[in-house]
Amino acid sequence: MMSDDKVREPYQALVEWMEATGPEQLAQKREEAETLFRKIGITFAVYGDGGDPERLIPFDLIPRIFTAAEWRLLKRGVEQRARALNAFLFDVYHNAEIIKAGVIPGELVFNNAAFEPSVIGIDPPGKVYSHIIGVDIVRVSENEFYVLEDNCRTPSGVSYMLENREIMMRMFPELFSQLRIEPVDSYPESLLKTLKSIAPKGCGGDPCIVVLTPGAMNSAYYEHSFLADQMGVELVEGQDLFVENGHVYMRTTRGPARVDVIYRRIDDAYLDPLCFRPDSVLGVPGLMNVYRAGNVAICSAPGAGVADDKAVYTYVPSMIRFYLGEEPILNNVPTYQCAKPDDLQYVLAHLSELVVKEVHGSGGYGMLVGPAASREEIDAYAGRIRANPGEFIAQPTLSLSSCPTFVQSGIAPRHVDLRPFCLVGDKIRLTPGGLTRVALKEGSLVVNSSQGGGVKDTWIMAE
Amino acid sequence: MLSRTAANLFWLSRYVERAENMARLMEMGHRMAMMPAAGQGYRSEWQSVLAAAGFSPTDYIPLAQAEVADYLVFDPANPSSVSNCLEQARNNARAMRTAITADMWDAINSAHMELKKPALRYMVRNNLPEFLDWVKRQGALFRGATDSTVLRNDGYDFLRLGTFLERADNTARLLDVKYYVLLPETSVVGDSRDSYQWTTVLRAVSALRAFHWVYKDNYTPLLIADFLILNPLSPRSLTHCYAGITDHLQRLARHYGRRSSAAAEALETYSILLHGDMEDIFSAGLHDFLSDFLVRNAALSSSIAESYYFGGQ
Repeated sequence: MMSDDKVREPYQALVEWMEATGPEQLAQKREEAETLFRKIGITFAVYGDGGDPERLIPFDLIPRIFTAAEWRLLKRGVEQRARALNAFLFDVYHNAEIIKAGVIPGELVFNNAAFEPSVIGIDPPGKVYSHIIGVDIVRVSENEFYVLEDNCRTPSGVSYMLENREIMMRMFPELFSQLRIEPVDSYPESLLKTLKSIAPKGCGGDPCIVVLTPGAMNSAYYEHSFLADQMGVELVEGQDLFVENGHVYMRTTRGPARVDVIYRRIDDAYLDPLCFRPDSVLGVPGLMNVYRAGNVAICSAPGAGVADDKAVYTYVPSMIRFYLGEEPILNNVPTYQCAKPDDLQYVLAHLSELVVKEVHGSGGYGMLVGPAASREEIDAYAGRIRANPGEFIAQPTLSLSSCPTFVQSGIAPRHVDLRPFCLVGDKIRLTPGGLTRVALKEGSLVVNSSQGGGVKDTWIMAE
Repeated sequence: MLSRTAANLFWLSRYVERAENMARLMEMGHRMAMMPAAGQGYRSEWQSVLAAAGFSPTDYIPLAQAEVADYLVFDPANPSSVSNCLEQARNNARAMRTAITADMWDAINSAHMELKKPALRYMVRNNLPEFLDWVKRQGALFRGATDSTVLRNDGYDFLRLGTFLERADNTARLLDVKYYVLLPETSVVGDSRDSYQWTTVLRAVSALRAFHWVYKDNYTPLLIADFLILNPLSPRSLTHCYAGITDHLQRLARHYGRRSSAAAEALETYSILLHGDMEDIFSAGLHDFLSDFLVRNAALSSSIAESYYFGGQ
């Protein structure tokens, strides 16, 4: 918002309104918001810290705003990536042209833990492997956006995009009548359309769609139930499903009912104990056979994770050029791959300036933020990199844009990122909005909810 | 509907009803304990309350009201304590948020959150009747939310089945407290304490006035028992509960195009109640009648679970 200490134009009306409202009333509104979140039960568990299994993600009242023109650019950029990533996924499970052409090294794909040999040659409807892509974007200057990562498996957070808006509309109706803000509530409908469009050909009639959750103990359980509810489809656990005669069925009060499309929110490794982890109790024995026979659609397809690896990420611009013959609209953050000797040398020499991430890490766990780390931390991390260079990538710390945020001391700038959710089925659907995550600690660059980040509503102004 | 969802709905409403009935049972104990000591029958009114709630007296022998109240309200070791019931209800609700409405979730989640506040713990110790009213109100809120928001599909049937089965169980137990209080039964029938205790039963089910409207007569054990067992007008009577149970099982049978063995069992019990005669029941022994009913009611619960594959198929 504040470039050269000036309020950017789209924020003008908001700032005037905030000044008129005053900090006391804002503080009171924030408490109201928290009560609402708790009441609705929107929680996010954090694993392994012995903390509250139904923790609230801090919610910031001050929305993040994009102009229609800014959104047009982001939209085109995100859709372009979604197309390229799916072309890549289809390619690596078929002829692997991109590897034959020498654009991406084969070992990066085939030695990847997320590469799934059991789906080689499978033609999912529309050739789509990843149906829901959450692209994490940061802005570094007026018209310059960088993509931090692409989440091609089961990106979470969309329920926050929707519930944040609900709560903002409930608390600030006057703002919504004053400003022209694009609605986001069409997301569940778009998701349902997308899921219907990928139903197996043989299912006939209205496909039976379910959301597969690991259960109420999962950190994103609220989101799973929320989406099933909004779409009017069953929320199932592995124990509710079984395989018989080449089809998947769910156990109902009337007896078995056939299932055509599974929007799964469990990882590949747990999907089918006969195919992957034999100790999984979350999955459905025999599911992969049904999938390979084309009798059930799985969203996202097993194996889609190979595209959201942090090392593969560095090649997304190349994918865009290779498959689409276009120039990338959104930039990648320059990324050093420690697997490459030259990059490794550079990274080790500049650790105090870089952000280093584990290739397979997620949720902000196990990363090093060089500028904020102590000498000891840097030395220890350097040891880990030397032991396993292939496991790490590094990026320069960007001068991220910040957004006004309501903190203890009043309103102060905090770093933010944005995750729009792109749906890919018979066509591409992108809801105008996204999840804005905010680093609540002063100066912090880490916005992950598991690391104490918060969320904001994201407003796309109508034309 | 998923079998697991049906089971969750059934037990969700059972737990809510059980929490409310636990409060009614305690209200009864509280009122009875204000009478001069009975000096016969069970050792104290509170112990008879525990016995009627299904606890063997050897399990736990709290003597003071405060201890019993703590045990019945908060004790984690007591599976039927009010807090355990509400906790279970909320767990069930959370495990199938998609099958209940936002209003129902709000009712159950708010009750659960409020119960954790120190103010309510203080109330249990210092103003038990107010706390019991709070619990009853939570039950009313939940049923009200259910009644006014939930789709009239099979999920509704499972919710209502849970409510009626649990309520029938609890009405029978409530009446049975009289048996435990007044052992040996016949010696004091008709004295002033006896009639006070019988009216206490009516109070506990919030039916003191309703009784007058129905019978236009004095309180007698026979009429009070009739009101709570056989009279279909009384919303907590066994007959009324079984009218509801058979009705919802028939709706399910129509809905699924398949009659269950549970429906046949329920009809059998319902017909016993419809043709029952209070004088016969009293002369054969009220306690035996109620014990037999509790066994039938529990068996029906198992049959419903089997008929609709609660444990998977």
